[in-house]
Amino acid sequence: MHDAMEPLLRVRGLSHRFAAARDERLAVRDAELDLFPGEVVAIVGESGSGKSTLLDCIAGRIAPTHGQVHYRDADDRWLDVHALTERQQRVLARTEWGFVEQNASDGLRLDVSAGANIGERLMGQGERHYGRLRATAQRWMERVELDTARIDDSPRAFSGGMRQRLQIARNLVTRPRLVLLDEPTSGLDVSVQARLLDLIRTLTTRMHLCALIVTHDLGVARMLAHRTLVMRHGQVVEQGLTDRVLDDPQHPYTQLLVSSVVIP
Amino acid sequence: MNDRLPALLQAPRLQVRGLAKHFTLHLRGGARLQVLQDTALDVRAGECVALAGASGRGKSTLMKCLFGSYGSDAGSLRLESSDGVVDIATATPQRMLALRRRDIAYVSQFLRAVPRVPALDVVAQRLVDAEPSPPTDDLDDAAHAVRLEAAREVARHLLARLNLPRALWDLPPATFSGGEQQRVNIARGFVQPARLLLLDEPTASLDAANRRVVVDLIHEAKAQGAAVVGIFHDEEVRDAVADRRVELG
Repeated sequence: MHDAMEPLLRVRGLSHRFAAARDERLAVRDAELDLFPGEVVAIVGESGSGKSTLLDCIAGRIAPTHGQVHYRDADDRWLDVHALTERQQRVLARTEWGFVEQNASDGLRLDVSAGANIGERLMGQGERHYGRLRATAQRWMERVELDTARIDDSPRAFSGGMRQRLQIARNLVTRPRLVLLDEPTSGLDVSVQARLLDLIRTLTTRMHLCALIVTHDLGVARMLAHRTLVMRHGQVVEQGLTDRVLDDPQHPYTQLLVSSVVIP
Repeated sequence: MNDRLPALLQAPRLQVRGLAKHFTLHLRGGARLQVLQDTALDVRAGECVALAGASGRGKSTLMKCLFGSYGSDAGSLRLESSDGVVDIATATPQRMLALRRRDIAYVSQFLRAVPRVPALDVVAQRLVDAEPSPPTDDLDDAAHAVRLEAAREVARHLLARLNLPRALWDLPPATFSGGEQQRVNIARGFVQPARLLLLDEPTASLDAANRRVVVDLIHEAKAQGAAVVGIFHDEEVRDAVADRRVELG
């Protein structure tokens, strides 16, 4: 990771206004962002700051009102994400990208077993051998610290933290190049959060993943992210090295955010 | 090769010129605090400079500007890195992180512990990160395990030198005492030879025996060619390691 390296993702002049918005307010205004290989970047801000909308625009789930998202694929071609057909977007989302939902049940299939949840993306890529699928699913359950004896259980029977770890395994099993995570730890108990954060940190480092994490928790950004962007009212008001943003905040809003954290 | 030349003939490892740093406290009605103004500093390889001056004169601020956790308003902070000369004041975040992995070590008074990571790995990980393994999807890859174990062996040696009780090595440092955490922090700072070593009161909560260990570690780092910038309130330690004092403010 150095200056000359080419980004993996490039966001330019991205703005979005929801059709149902009462006024002219933009949910995201003029967002610009480069993500480099191996880099973990956090987007922080309070509810309604536009951070999840920005993530959805990047993921291709929402077509932004203005601006572009370009992604450099495994064959080194730059793709204009919003110019792709729906089918092409789906293929990208299942192969080179991962998306970890805030609410694990949105990112899992609750009517099939834990093992099948992990195997689904592999099958989508053509793996049909039952023994190999099962072995891979087992290995990934171990990696995310799930009891492999529960491989045939439905995730319905899993706790929130277990579901979240299963969701991570399901996404990473095909080794995506870019993972988008929307508040992956919110709603979990603190001890469960710590375990999940440690897991995400280890996996992103070892797999050299590029990850974009939306979180309202500055501690999550501090622990995981190389760089942090601060959003307020749809605008990125500050960005830079995570410890610089948090220890030497320049924008009044960032100073307020940082000073509002309760330190145990 | 440069490191073999007599110290005075070398270009400084670190050259600070015209550094300015202020803070605008937006939550205090925009009050402006000018902490550094036209600060200059040269540190050569193998040299230790002690920052002096009353508190509030910007000693810690200068250290953080050098580490990049504070931005600089003006001036240059030129470091002769393992990858050529870099101006820390204008380095990109990616470059700054690479410098921290390989070239700059910072021992602060406080350890920012990562939950669940045992003390031993807090130290060993720094060595592993300096030369990251090639990316892999085989997380059980044997080469990485060998490297990690080798790094742990170095870390064990250092923690033993710093008299950290063995029983603590496999525990996360969050619940350690101040002095124990500081020793983990020191081990992490010294485990990977740095070209620029920043020490912010490295012996503040240590007993005499461990202070002596830290003094030895600083001497060894200097002998290996580190440029050291330190804040030492302990005069005995300062006199033992510092070649010069630089007054700020």
